Amino acid sequence: MSAATAPHAAQAQILATLAAHFGDGVFSISRFRGNLRLFVPKSRLVELLTALKQQCGCTYLAELGAADYLGYPGRTRNRFEVHYVLRNFDTGGSVIVKAGVDDPDPSLPSAYPLWPGADWMEREVFDMYGIRFEGHPDLRRILMPDEFTAFPLRKDYPLRGRGERHNFPKLTRAES
Amino acid sequence: MAMNPPTSPAFGQRAGSDLIITPSGQPEVPENVFLTTMDSVVSWCRKYSLWPMPFATACCGIELMAVGASRFDIARFGAEVMRFSPRQCDLMIVAGRVAMKMMPVLQRIWLQMPEPKWCISMGACASTGGIFDTYAVVQGVDRFIPVDVYIPGCPPRPEQILRAIMDIQEKVQKGGTTFGNEGLPELRARERYMIAQRDTAPGAGIADERGDEARFGYRIPGGPGRLGLEETR
Repeated sequence: MSAATAPHAAQAQILATLAAHFGDGVFSISRFRGNLRLFVPKSRLVELLTALKQQCGCTYLAELGAADYLGYPGRTRNRFEVHYVLRNFDTGGSVIVKAGVDDPDPSLPSAYPLWPGADWMEREVFDMYGIRFEGHPDLRRILMPDEFTAFPLRKDYPLRGRGERHNFPKLTRAES
Repeated sequence: MAMNPPTSPAFGQRAGSDLIITPSGQPEVPENVFLTTMDSVVSWCRKYSLWPMPFATACCGIELMAVGASRFDIARFGAEVMRFSPRQCDLMIVAGRVAMKMMPVLQRIWLQMPEPKWCISMGACASTGGIFDTYAVVQGVDRFIPVDVYIPGCPPRPEQILRAIMDIQEKVQKGGTTFGNEGLPELRARERYMIAQRDTAPGAGIADERGDEARFGYRIPGGPGRLGLEETR
């Protein structure tokens, strides 16, 4: 087996294990340039992640991020999409799990109990998109200052901000 | 004996002293004595021993390190003592973009520096925000702290930084006093402008660049220019 086909075989193995465990109807599958993506509703997310970690050997959460698809051409699914990139170090397989959330008070269950490394990544997603992760031990802003109120990577937030960058006292030479 | 030391009272005086012609009615100034003002002497001492505070946040900081190294050698201008405590510095060099989370830190460090103090805004980002016209980057540190010298460039050449040091030295000589830094008249005018602008409610004052309309006889489309949200931001 060549190195190029090894991840594909590992993906097939992961899919077979998931099919045996879940059956149909829990997630839908799409592929793009060798990436295997599982779309899962919010209610089954933790279940799927737990199965991937414990049954399929995807022990490593490589990345956790989100995207805002507001105004995206041809978009029919939810506005926000949170993705989890999981890797299996033994077989070299990787899976991307995607979960959609919608605008008024978007929230998802936290992956922190499964992977403690999700701590700061979930905080970053919260900071940039305002998606709350239920069960996260310390969900507060990580990049923007604490007094910042907006979520800057949302598509309806203007690039130049709403004047936060100019909201400081002006020091003159006579006063300082 | 012929070798006896001479005992005349004239011995020991300098031979040429008799040639000094002192104008009558004027106080006599001895040789090697200069008259000047205290402010001037203090400023002269001060300008050759600037202690920079390198507020380096980005790639401009790397150029600043190059200026400190042997090839460009900021020590030739007496400004080589970079201190990382603001209490020991009198020249702040803001090198690099200042994020909006960093601005309170910058202001605090500026307030911690003892008087007299000067500030160089180094590079496009520190002076104007540069290419980073986003919500997170302050569009010029001179909006919030007084700046004496701006350096253009992205990043500036080390020679430009040396030029800025020399400009600061000139400013120290001209504007400094014994007990502080009163600044040059144009800087004080700018401060008055800033204070007036700060006290003006949005929409009430005439924007600065719109004031040129009457002077140069052109008219910017869009009606009379007033200080809008964009200018007061």
